[in-house]
Amino acid sequence: MNKLLLSLALGGLSAASFSHAAPVTITYWQYDYASKVTAINELIKKFEAANPDITVKQENFPYDAYSQKVASSVPAGQGPDVVNLYYGWLPQYVDAGYLQPLPTKEFPTVLTDSNYAPMVKTAKMNGKYYALPTAVRTLAIFYNKDLFKAAGIKAPPKTWEELIADAGKIVQGTPPRYTTLGFGIQPDGQDYHVLREVLVRQFGGQPYSKDGKTVTYNSDAGTKAMTFYTDLMTKYKLGVPNFFPGNNSYRDAFIAGKVGMIIDGSFAINTIKSGAKFDWGVAPLPVLTANSKEKDNFGSYWVNGITKNAKGDKLAASIKFLKFLTSADTQRYWLQNVGEIPASRKLAADPALRKDPVFGPFVSSLPYASSTIFVDEAGQRKAWVDAINTVLLQGNAPANAVKAAAANEQKILDDYYKK
Amino acid sequence: MAIPLIFFLVVRFLPTFVALRLSLYDWNILKEVQPYVGGKNYSRLIQDGIFGKALVNTALYTIIGVPAQIVIGLIVALLLGKIRALQGVFRALYFAPYVTPIVAAAWVWQWLFSPQFGPVNTFLIWLHIPPQSFLTSPSQALATTAALVVWQNLGFQVVLFLAGLAAIPSTFYEAAEIDGASGSQSFWKITLPLLNPTIVFSVVTGTISYLQLFTQVVNLNFTDQGGPLGSTMTVALYIYQMAFGRFQTGYASAITVVLFAIILVITLLQLRFLTKRVNY
Repeated sequence: MNKLLLSLALGGLSAASFSHAAPVTITYWQYDYASKVTAINELIKKFEAANPDITVKQENFPYDAYSQKVASSVPAGQGPDVVNLYYGWLPQYVDAGYLQPLPTKEFPTVLTDSNYAPMVKTAKMNGKYYALPTAVRTLAIFYNKDLFKAAGIKAPPKTWEELIADAGKIVQGTPPRYTTLGFGIQPDGQDYHVLREVLVRQFGGQPYSKDGKTVTYNSDAGTKAMTFYTDLMTKYKLGVPNFFPGNNSYRDAFIAGKVGMIIDGSFAINTIKSGAKFDWGVAPLPVLTANSKEKDNFGSYWVNGITKNAKGDKLAASIKFLKFLTSADTQRYWLQNVGEIPASRKLAADPALRKDPVFGPFVSSLPYASSTIFVDEAGQRKAWVDAINTVLLQGNAPANAVKAAAANEQKILDDYYKK
Repeated sequence: MAIPLIFFLVVRFLPTFVALRLSLYDWNILKEVQPYVGGKNYSRLIQDGIFGKALVNTALYTIIGVPAQIVIGLIVALLLGKIRALQGVFRALYFAPYVTPIVAAAWVWQWLFSPQFGPVNTFLIWLHIPPQSFLTSPSQALATTAALVVWQNLGFQVVLFLAGLAAIPSTFYEAAEIDGASGSQSFWKITLPLLNPTIVFSVVTGTISYLQLFTQVVNLNFTDQGGPLGSTMTVALYIYQMAFGRFQTGYASAITVVLFAIILVITLLQLRFLTKRVNY
């Protein structure tokens, strides 16, 4: 009897000490983007130094194959413990039971609500957060200062009217044989986000109902927004889509110094910084009239979540790693090394950051940036891009195009929510 | 005997049957439950406008591509047969596009046909023809894409015909010449009939490759959306989008089964009606 007790006690002791010191290895996945991969490798070193019993293994996959790789591995019980996902994919992944809700003890919902930029609320489903970002991205105008100077323009545009006037001074060539564009119009770049989340609101409309289940842009405001955007090409002849070949057409053309202005995200800062051989600047997205209070932006972000594969020690380690990834220190590191802006309200409110000539315009638009709730990101994008193209390429009436986009997108939403 | 049999059953045929089964389910790789839906995926196909467009586009690619490839290939092969000097160099030049990676070729094609900077438009302007939009125009993108595929396949087609031509005994031509046959007569009466096996092979394999067209469309038409307004979308690309972009594997499998059936029927018809037994 005594012997049994003793062995039990010893067993318990050794088990307790063992679980404390047992090394755990967790796997982190993100898609292959050079500056992010390097940053995460450096961060893992820091994290492992502070947590010697945890090893983090990073694995990367090309962007094109990333989502399908993630989607097929976790249901099979393989793949990452902590995973990096585009916020727009979250509903599908959460619905699939792929991610664990973040433990409210470690990530209190109320605190998350108040600490993060408002757009992060789209990561909250059924009252629970399933994933959190390190950094967020908004949109702004990148402009070529050399082209501005040559055209005699002193400051970047503040209103859309000024944007049209400025771009009109820069554009060269006769359509479609442009040599320089005033504005790099590219519906499937960031432009369709601008149209949906910025222009529709500025013209007095709302793109979606509050719960995101109903399309509400099939309105006067929607038509005005579509008319305004497509006029940039059809009426004002500031440029054409796909000016340069390739998937990043308008950004590549801007970097080559052939475009006066483009609207792009903060994630493009480093690419433009390392590529552009001219003087360039960043300006906030324009508003309708000089004294307009209606400012809007489209915000997007990549989140880190914990998959259902992480259990026991791995789960504890994953929670620690996620806390580290979303910490203030990491957010600062991310800004300096990747160029994306901090997701925390407090950090983004930092006066030095708000005054920064490059980051400033992106950071200052955080409070009024909205994110679209996507249930089928690719399908919803196609609805908009096709609608815009029917106007640009086939002379469709903007009102009809908006109607078609609304019908197509509503069908996708209905198919998803009826389940 | 057993090993080849297992190989064919597992590697070649099993996936086909799996696809057939998947097409009866609302299979989504992101879902834990995959409900059986019977023929629902197929009835959805009938109402799907994008699928209809992909079918029409795929048919257009085949109707433009296969004859163009065979006629131009035959002309080039006949001309090459007449050249005595630098024959190898010319053959290599024609074959080069076939071994060029499609991605690289697509990139060059994009620049050639760029509305803004492309040499093709520069040439048109020189001819006093207004510049065209090509790949960025919903009405021209498909033809421009088909032109790339024809250009790429031409080398292989020429090699096939050169081999076919070399297999025709020269005594036939000599006999025809003695009988006083003209050049065009010996072409229609000797060359073409004896090339029949080569032509049938080219039509069948060419048709299958055009019906499965994918890589060129993806790489030529900016993003994976199948060109401006889906004007270059093919059935194979639509399968890919549904399965890997939108995770609707069951629906994608239904499209796969339909594509498989189409290819099977067309191939059988072609073999039935094109093959002629030629005896001399």
